[in-house]
Amino acid sequence: MGFLSIGLMGFGGVAAIARHVIVERRRWLSEQDYANILGVGQVLPGGNLINMTVMLGDRFQGAAGSCIALLGLMLMPLIILLAITTVYDHYAHLEDVRSATMGAAAAASGLVIGTAIKMGRALKLSWPKIGVVLVAFLALAVARFPLVLILLTMIPISLGVVWWERRR
Amino acid sequence: MNGDLVLEILIAFASLSFLAVGGAPGMIPELHRVVVENHHWVTDAEFAKLFALSQTAPGPNLLIISLIGWRLAGLLGLLAATAGAIVPSSILAFIVGRLMERVAKASWYPYLKGAIPPVVVGLLLSSGVVTARAADETTLAFALSGLGAAYVVLSQRNPLWILAFGAFTGIVAGRFGLI
Repeated sequence: MGFLSIGLMGFGGVAAIARHVIVERRRWLSEQDYANILGVGQVLPGGNLINMTVMLGDRFQGAAGSCIALLGLMLMPLIILLAITTVYDHYAHLEDVRSATMGAAAAASGLVIGTAIKMGRALKLSWPKIGVVLVAFLALAVARFPLVLILLTMIPISLGVVWWERRR
Repeated sequence: MNGDLVLEILIAFASLSFLAVGGAPGMIPELHRVVVENHHWVTDAEFAKLFALSQTAPGPNLLIISLIGWRLAGLLGLLAATAGAIVPSSILAFIVGRLMERVAKASWYPYLKGAIPPVVVGLLLSSGVVTARAADETTLAFALSGLGAAYVVLSQRNPLWILAFGAFTGIVAGRFGLI
């Protein structure tokens, strides 16, 4: 049980690192199993990595394994984040720090936009699916509809698109 | 009084937890609505700042929620926010994990697997735009966001570099009175 938490402590939010640790270094899962668990974790609500950690922990040690793996996953990043925040607060009054945060915040939001574009390209979306992307985007970012509403309408619509495309 | 706030944090983020389809980034706009627009827990600029800070640390993206909890009510707030954000969805993941074999073989699973990603991309795009709107008050910031987006699309390198570049540009611009 211990090795699980230690192993999970190290890896960050980057999926590539998680795959490296789980499949290549620790050999906890085969490539196929990993893809399955990741796939299910992505379909479920909640952080992908978190869902995966829960399922992986359960596989080895049951419910307790899930809890410990989760703790192992969250602990170090939380401590690091608090350290960064504390340092930041300490110097937040400095003009330089304020401008730096502004610059980093701007770049960070760009990162998310870029990630979305990259994901969309990697998925090789068909035109109807691009339509789904755009409607979801407009509904959330421009019209600011509640997310529940968007999920409840867009997921069935998207399912319909997939079903229709598979039939042809 | 503080207990009430902690409870409120727990409930707010626990209900968000179920909406985080495709991971934490997709729920940023909803998070923004809840903490900035509904509860007025943090300001727009503060939200953008916390988002940037949470991006600098390794680990799951939803750490921004922990950070908001920390800001609001210290350690208890942090614990409540983090638990709220991960416990409900984790219980669901646990149950589905047990049923994994059946889920992966179910006839509807390929459909769901095909249907979720386009929605997620739409949500992710919104997240970027919503945080950009919160963060970008100047033309320079707007340009930095564009650069950040281009960086991710065009390169495989670690995203921290562009954050560092943004911070550096911010300092230089600040020193020369450009912002």
